[in-house]
Amino acid sequence: MAAYVAEADWSAAIRQLAAGEATLLGLWGEPDTAHMALLLPGEMRVLSIPCPDARYPSVGLHHAPAIRLERALRDLFRLQPVGLPDTRPWLHHPDGAAYAFLPVEGENLHEIPVGPVHAGIIEPGHFRFTADGETVVRLEQRLGYTHKATEALMCGADLARGARLAGRVSGDSTVAYAWAFARAAEQAAGVTPPPRATWLRALMAELERLANHLGDFGAICNDASFVIMLAYCGMLRERVARTAMQCFGHRLMMDRIVPGGVATDLDAAGAAAVRALLDEVGRRIKRLAELYDQTASLQDRTVTTGIVTPELARRFGAGGFVGRASGRDFDARRFPGYPPYDSLTFSVPVLREGDVNARVWIRIREIEQSLLLIEQLLGGLPAGPISMPLPPPRAGEGMALVESFRGDVLAWLRLDEHGRIARCHVRDPSWFQWPLLEAAIENNIVADFPLCNKSFNCSYSGHDL
Amino acid sequence: MRKTLWESLTHRPVTDPPPAPDDAAVAELGEAVARAARRRLGRSLSIREVDAGSCNACELEINALNNSFHDLERFGLHFVASPRHADVLLVTGPVTNNMRAALLRTYDATPAPKWVVAVGDCAVDGGLFADSFACVGAVERVIPVDLRIRGCPPTPTQLLQGLLALLERQVW
Repeated sequence: MAAYVAEADWSAAIRQLAAGEATLLGLWGEPDTAHMALLLPGEMRVLSIPCPDARYPSVGLHHAPAIRLERALRDLFRLQPVGLPDTRPWLHHPDGAAYAFLPVEGENLHEIPVGPVHAGIIEPGHFRFTADGETVVRLEQRLGYTHKATEALMCGADLARGARLAGRVSGDSTVAYAWAFARAAEQAAGVTPPPRATWLRALMAELERLANHLGDFGAICNDASFVIMLAYCGMLRERVARTAMQCFGHRLMMDRIVPGGVATDLDAAGAAAVRALLDEVGRRIKRLAELYDQTASLQDRTVTTGIVTPELARRFGAGGFVGRASGRDFDARRFPGYPPYDSLTFSVPVLREGDVNARVWIRIREIEQSLLLIEQLLGGLPAGPISMPLPPPRAGEGMALVESFRGDVLAWLRLDEHGRIARCHVRDPSWFQWPLLEAAIENNIVADFPLCNKSFNCSYSGHDL
Repeated sequence: MRKTLWESLTHRPVTDPPPAPDDAAVAELGEAVARAARRRLGRSLSIREVDAGSCNACELEINALNNSFHDLERFGLHFVASPRHADVLLVTGPVTNNMRAALLRTYDATPAPKWVVAVGDCAVDGGLFADSFACVGAVERVIPVDLRIRGCPPTPTQLLQGLLALLERQVW
């Protein structure tokens, strides 16, 4: 699938990215090759450029969204993107070396360092604020604290271990990752999972979306000191986790999607539990959305706070609620699309305001859509086996895009002739969302940062790999 | 708003009955939690959570301890924002090389007496990431650990059982 290209074609693709004719889906490497995935009108394409002397023309030089990916590429594979404007290490934190934050000049400015250990129960990362009084003039992020070399662990692993690792790239999106990995692996191995498995995968993915959106909705309001929303949403989130436990034997549905199908079937009692859940969440979310809409003090915090312009969202190819709250009408379930969503009816909410409020509303609308999808999934669940034995090992390559609650997760892998993973890359949606948070907080007050940050809810672990 | 508040007042709480403390955890704690600590701290413990490189699944379940079903605070256990306010460090993740220094500094910033609970398979023995060149592995390779709660991730109930064991040991 990956097409080896000469430098001229690689550079032509960079020009397309810079001109806004293509969107960057991913950029990853191997010791002697750099790969780039592009989203073009109507198609996805992977370009691979051989790097015999460990060098290739930098994408980040002309297209800023690639810069962090290329810094990671330098760290992990010692490939040199020629012309890369920022060559500070990203995922590697060399021992004892102080990180060179970008200099800030101006009068009356002060810096606020935050992290890596944060005040809440969240993941580690460092934020360096430069503020003028209450107003944030600039934010610079430093990530990589949770770097676990997951992709290196995948090299040489069999598909079962690969799937378990993929399911732990970002725990809150374990279903989406396992699904993306399984689809890429199935494509490489030449196997199609049975229809019942595909439908059950979608059921799990929608339950995961529901749980996370509910959690975010409550947590965002909590960061605006509206605690009652967190209490109610926390309860609903717990109901989803308990239903998942009852149906699939794991509260987060980890390791339930495996290459070839799914590991757990849904029985009649499970289906009834999901129906009861739909009923409760459907009833409650209506009331909670109304409460959100009618509480002026809460709206005062979220409306016009942390704005991401549609132009930035488009340029960075931001997925999920970050993109869709800023006018980017993209959802991997619809395009490139994958079964069973091609036989289900759902709409993709899009707003243009790009503020915290818009990101909240996208989540509320998506909760409603997920409820409708789960209803369709239960109603049309095909009978039959839930998994297929994998065919004899063979070499192959596969790529998949799966819509997690946070946005599109990309998985690409190549199998060797023994059916083991030669190289696997998974790209979290956060790669293209984290940089936008730096832009969103500009000119907002420091106290609104938690609110903005929560409305993005980027994954540290998914990004740090 | 009024409807929602009224409903909260008139409905019975959804909170689960407390689970029994985990016997294995009680045994593991041994002499670690001493009588002196019980006298000084009573039955109330402040917990600081430190993510030392987890995949964030453990954080989801630790966060769930605060929801109305599990209601951690009814046991006198609560999460604090700074290690300087903490009695217990709840550490998750296969301690990445990049988090090692931060974990050590957090431990040093926590006043004694203090206990460390390793939460999740990664924190207990490195889990799936045990062989990673980017990870140190088990938390006990960096700081002393008093209690281990296994699971990938441990459920809120398992977490509660472990933490209650910590309180139980303080009773005598």
